[in-house]
Amino acid sequence: MTSALLPAGYSTLPPTLVERLVRALRWPITALAALAALYTVYLVAASGQTAWAIGALALFGGAFYVYVVNKQFAYRYLYPGVAGMLVFIAFPLVFTAQIGFTNYSSEHLLSEARVRAYLLEQADPVADQLLRFTLHADGAEYRLALRPGDGDDATPPLWISPPLALRSTRGPLGVAMIKAADTPLPLTAPLQAALPLREVIAHREALMQLELHLPGTAAPLRYIGVHEFGPLKALWQASADGTLTRAADGAVFHADRQSGYFTSTAGERMLPGFKVGVGWHNYARMVLDAEFRGPFLAIFAWTVALALGTVVCATALGMFLAVLLNWEDLRGRTVYRTLVFLPYAVPGFISILVFKGLFNQNFGEINAILNALFGSKPAWFADPLLAKLMLLIVNTWLGYPYIMILCTGLLKAIPSDLYEASALAGAGPLTNFFKITAPLVIKPLAPLLISSFAYNFNNFVLVSLLTDGRPDFLSTKIPAGQTDILVSYTYRIAFRDSGSDFGLAAAISTLIFLLVAAMSLVNLRLMKKAQG
Amino acid sequence: MAIVRGKQARWRVVAAHALLVAFLVVTLFPLLAVVSISLRSGNFATGSLIPEHVSLEHWRLALGLPYQAADGSLVQPPFPVLTWLWNSIKIASISAFLIVAISTTAAYAFARLKFPFQKGILSSMLLLQMFPPVLALVAIYAIFETIGNYAPALGLETHAGLVLAYLGGVATHIWTIKGYFETIPVEIEENAKVDGATHWQAFSRVLLPMAVPILMVVFVLAFIGTIIEYPVASILLREERNLTLAVGAKYYLNDQRFLWGDFAAAAVLSGLPITLVFLLAQRWIVSGLTAGGVKG
Repeated sequence: MTSALLPAGYSTLPPTLVERLVRALRWPITALAALAALYTVYLVAASGQTAWAIGALALFGGAFYVYVVNKQFAYRYLYPGVAGMLVFIAFPLVFTAQIGFTNYSSEHLLSEARVRAYLLEQADPVADQLLRFTLHADGAEYRLALRPGDGDDATPPLWISPPLALRSTRGPLGVAMIKAADTPLPLTAPLQAALPLREVIAHREALMQLELHLPGTAAPLRYIGVHEFGPLKALWQASADGTLTRAADGAVFHADRQSGYFTSTAGERMLPGFKVGVGWHNYARMVLDAEFRGPFLAIFAWTVALALGTVVCATALGMFLAVLLNWEDLRGRTVYRTLVFLPYAVPGFISILVFKGLFNQNFGEINAILNALFGSKPAWFADPLLAKLMLLIVNTWLGYPYIMILCTGLLKAIPSDLYEASALAGAGPLTNFFKITAPLVIKPLAPLLISSFAYNFNNFVLVSLLTDGRPDFLSTKIPAGQTDILVSYTYRIAFRDSGSDFGLAAAISTLIFLLVAAMSLVNLRLMKKAQG
Repeated sequence: MAIVRGKQARWRVVAAHALLVAFLVVTLFPLLAVVSISLRSGNFATGSLIPEHVSLEHWRLALGLPYQAADGSLVQPPFPVLTWLWNSIKIASISAFLIVAISTTAAYAFARLKFPFQKGILSSMLLLQMFPPVLALVAIYAIFETIGNYAPALGLETHAGLVLAYLGGVATHIWTIKGYFETIPVEIEENAKVDGATHWQAFSRVLLPMAVPILMVVFVLAFIGTIIEYPVASILLREERNLTLAVGAKYYLNDQRFLWGDFAAAAVLSGLPITLVFLLAQRWIVSGLTAGGVKG
């Protein structure tokens, strides 16, 4: 490597032990890694996930190209970072947008092929052909004995199995049963006493994998319960045209790719459904479905209000403190600064939860104080307006130190002769602030305030930990909270309440992407202005 | 420089002090209250800010020790706080270390090497970083569910998987380190190369030792960033023993089981070290924040 890159004649630093080791092991390790990568891709592809397999192949292929083949070694330094961003930031964004056009949800989790396979696996035991079984030890192995279903353990067995190890196997294990009447049995010893139920249950896994074949019958016997084996009858029959026929009544179900269900001609739907593309359906719901639109728009408005309110309050407070603590006549400014900064240093998830406890209606400290002063105990979590006020207070508390730091930095850049001149002209502090400080600070601050707005627009942690969106709107089709913001609402739709409508959640997320992108664009514009 | 002062200036100073003290009393009240609450007995007691009877029951529980209640029954710790704290520290340290490694090498490429699409890659990385992962939780969940099918050690409910998820957020760190690299004269590395060092040697033996301060800053930033991360951790980890502190802490304040005192002790125990680290690193963090922001 070294000599290839350098002109001949230059001395080289001696390679370290690690470097020599790396050089010696380079090709074996590369080969091993390539094999492991190919095997992974093969496993993914073999399980039918073609798209994921192609993605994995691209990722591994890229890595090998960059590290083994490519002479452009700058990409070697870049690959881990770029790959990480592509896989865990860019790809999730694209994937989310794609999910937004599907009906992916708890009722539509699997692909059509998987649902079809699942339905075809469904089977019921045939009630009048059950056989009673007992388990008997035979050395280190076991034997099964089958008796008529209406008999008991005293009835002589009809069928006996060869010795079985009863270990867990991957697939079903076929066993040819031996007729007990064919005496003398090919037994080395007579059948031991039946093992107790506890032993049977301990071997349940292995027993469930057995397929007992009786000579002269077609359907193998499967494990039905702790006492019984019996033949199974499939509930569904596949037809050549892709439809499924229900064995019980002959009803024909076809895969309806509009609704994502197997649907009968009479309109009956089979659960589970499967994942299909639904086009703009999820977006249409936001606009057209009156029951959904109401809470959705309210949540949207509240999201904007919370972000805007936080930025305004935090900026007012932060800028005021920055200006005050920039005043040279004030002693102990360093101590004040550290103390005022403290809310920013405490981890958010702790301070938000502390506020959750302090605002508690019955035993929170805040209500204890309010009760002592004014004799009232406001219901901070039950009343929507108070809950919103509480969120705003807490978020201002969390956010003002950041603005204060930014302003402190910007204030230092203002030349002091401006203030000297204004002092000569007899201006007071208020005039100074509004005529000199504020106009000079606000321009470079603007892009940062927009970032702050965007951050609070998506301040999931605050809402999730403090109110969790409560109190809820009454009588909505999809549960929605009055203090929910858009992100916490999508989290709720996707992960919390019944239904888990990933498609709808992803559609709302996609909408938020667009808003964030728009804010970023405005931000860039303002930054360029501030610089120029 | 001397600014001419009016007569009211002295009164203004006094008023400013009064205002600041009043403001601090209100702002720091929650932090003082939580310390006080952690020392009260019982989970529902109210009282003065300085508790009359100091009880260490919540602290014993937070440290994983059972304690004997007044009626003689033994109260067991409600949650494994120390395990959570350990999970958090483990995940944050490993993530921060890997983030530093990844972003240092990438920053070196951006600062020192020339390659196609250099500007495009950097600005698209910075643009991507504007979208917080909380917006793509459904997709992240699906990705890790799929990964878990083939590599269970990296799937849902694993700490390695969570670390992996955090490795995407490197763009701002790359930007910070790149800025620092650009302040170091490139001639020093060129000298090393003339003396026969390879690119990798010039990077690892010449540039890196000079960049140790910024690497420590980025480490602390990444460490704090991951230790307080909530949304991604909350969907990838669900089992009680597996949780990080950020995910677990909320279970103390369940509406049905409101363990206010126990929470207070756990919060002080785990929040204090993080707060101290943050305060110590504050100067660098602040300069990083403003530098990154203003430069754009």
